[in-house]
Amino acid sequence: MFKLSADGLAKVKSELERYESKYSAIIPALYIAQKENKGWVSPQVVEHLSDIMDIPASRIDEVLKFYTMFNQRPVGKHHIQVCCNVSCAMKEARELTDYICSKLQVKEGDVTADGHFTVTRVECLGSCDTAPVAQIGDRYYENLSTDVVDQLLKELK
Amino acid sequence: MMEAKLLTQHYDKPQYKTLKGYLELDGYQMLKKALKMRPQEIIDEVKASGLRGRGGAGFPTGVKWGFLPNNGEPRYLLCNADEGEPGTFKDRLMMERAPHQLIEGMIISAFAVQSAKSYIYVRGEYNQSYDTLEKAIREAYEAGYLGKNILGSGFDHDLDIYRGAGAYICGEETGMISSLEGLKGQPKLKPPFPAIQGYLRKPTIVNNVETLAAVIPILRDGAAGYRKYGTEKSAGTKLFSVSGDVVKPGTYEVPLGYPLMDLINKECGGLRPGRRLKAVIPGGSSAPVLTAAECERATMDYENLAELKSMLGSGAVIVIDDSKCMVDLLHVILHFYHHESCGQCTPCREGTGWLEKISKGIIYGTAKLQDLDLLERVAENMKGRTICALSDAAALPTISFVQKFRDEFEYFIREGRSKVRGKIYAQMHH
Repeated sequence: MFKLSADGLAKVKSELERYESKYSAIIPALYIAQKENKGWVSPQVVEHLSDIMDIPASRIDEVLKFYTMFNQRPVGKHHIQVCCNVSCAMKEARELTDYICSKLQVKEGDVTADGHFTVTRVECLGSCDTAPVAQIGDRYYENLSTDVVDQLLKELK
Repeated sequence: MMEAKLLTQHYDKPQYKTLKGYLELDGYQMLKKALKMRPQEIIDEVKASGLRGRGGAGFPTGVKWGFLPNNGEPRYLLCNADEGEPGTFKDRLMMERAPHQLIEGMIISAFAVQSAKSYIYVRGEYNQSYDTLEKAIREAYEAGYLGKNILGSGFDHDLDIYRGAGAYICGEETGMISSLEGLKGQPKLKPPFPAIQGYLRKPTIVNNVETLAAVIPILRDGAAGYRKYGTEKSAGTKLFSVSGDVVKPGTYEVPLGYPLMDLINKECGGLRPGRRLKAVIPGGSSAPVLTAAECERATMDYENLAELKSMLGSGAVIVIDDSKCMVDLLHVILHFYHHESCGQCTPCREGTGWLEKISKGIIYGTAKLQDLDLLERVAENMKGRTICALSDAAALPTISFVQKFRDEFEYFIREGRSKVRGKIYAQMHH
């Protein structure tokens, strides 16, 4: 059963007091919980947040499902999110996503056998001048090429 | 042409993002000046400057500020930093390199509209922008630029930051308000406009990052000084984020009215050797596309682009050379808008899906020539029939792509492959 750490709980409580409406704390709380639950939000996470925030689980669930940055199924330790919108597509980001998947022997959205990686396509990351771009964790990786990706995957292993 | 760096002149100096560096380069001087003025004087100056919202809609900022009712209710200022329009990345640069510039612009604006509380709503993916801004806000509080009795003026203001979670529609002002209220980020019917009933149903002004920062040069140089740049109806300078097939993509500040071809050739180093210009999307992926011939007479201002039946939008210029397939690019755009439709309004929810499906049919060889008319007809029926502009954002590129590059679409349907590239990505991989 998922439970926030003491630190996570304190953070959620502080978010609840931060805004005029406690519902505004749902998004920040989902970020905190997602981080503590290995990168995704399970139904148990939603139940737990509902208990500690005193907000119906259905209200948290509808926020969870509306926003793409919350993962609703397990992801690898490193979640590689490749932008495939116009400017990145023009710089062969879609081909690059396939390359990464084939190199890691994983289908888009799945977790590699060793649990290290998940590769997904995302919409515009707002870094169109340095296309193609991927977000891994909190960082952007820009001007990607197969060579850069090879190096990067070695470092992340 | 005179130097036109009103916002970006110090962006290459790394110290500019710290309070110390910002103060060394005359930071917070305009806040000191503003706090000695009457709020209405600032609103009048902004009105006189002709500043128009830099987020996409281009509505006059001072006029918007003037809509706030005097009913004694608390007022909110909301900074739209949810930069999600494909091709747009201009605000990220300011947040990461000049966070205090945004904060100073916000405090001045908050004083002008007499708001005690403001929020910066940053798109979820922009971690670096969020962290940089959060640090700068802390510095501003410690130095007395935020909080109670700012610089001894008697004006109190609190500024907080909120992180979105990945939804394009939260860049629309009422969608953003819904999101900040802890709801799904679905837009609300207007009227009432946010200035009357916004965040928590209280009067709220929503302005873009670049708009709020532009208040600083307006106070520094006065409305007349600001109007030296740009055109009569499109005053001042504008940040343009240029991507795609140019040698030096990036963010460039030029006066409004700047020729598009100069932006491409002089600022961005032109196209790659041996390539010809085919098209430009001048204002983010929702703007109607311009042909190369139209680009020759395009200037980057609200009026000229409207005359060319396109729009300035957020200032995102996507340059397309002759190696790209327009059918493929339209499909990428339509996939995006279908993915991002919030689902509230039927013409958008169903229409975006329908458009994407037809474009997919062209790519996979199941479409007929009549489907091009259907594409246009569906798109025409999506325009102006929904709560927000996302439906139009999908319809406008569709109509312009099909009308202006019809030969490429017809060729694709007849031959089952791209006129430019032969097989394209989607055909090869799925």
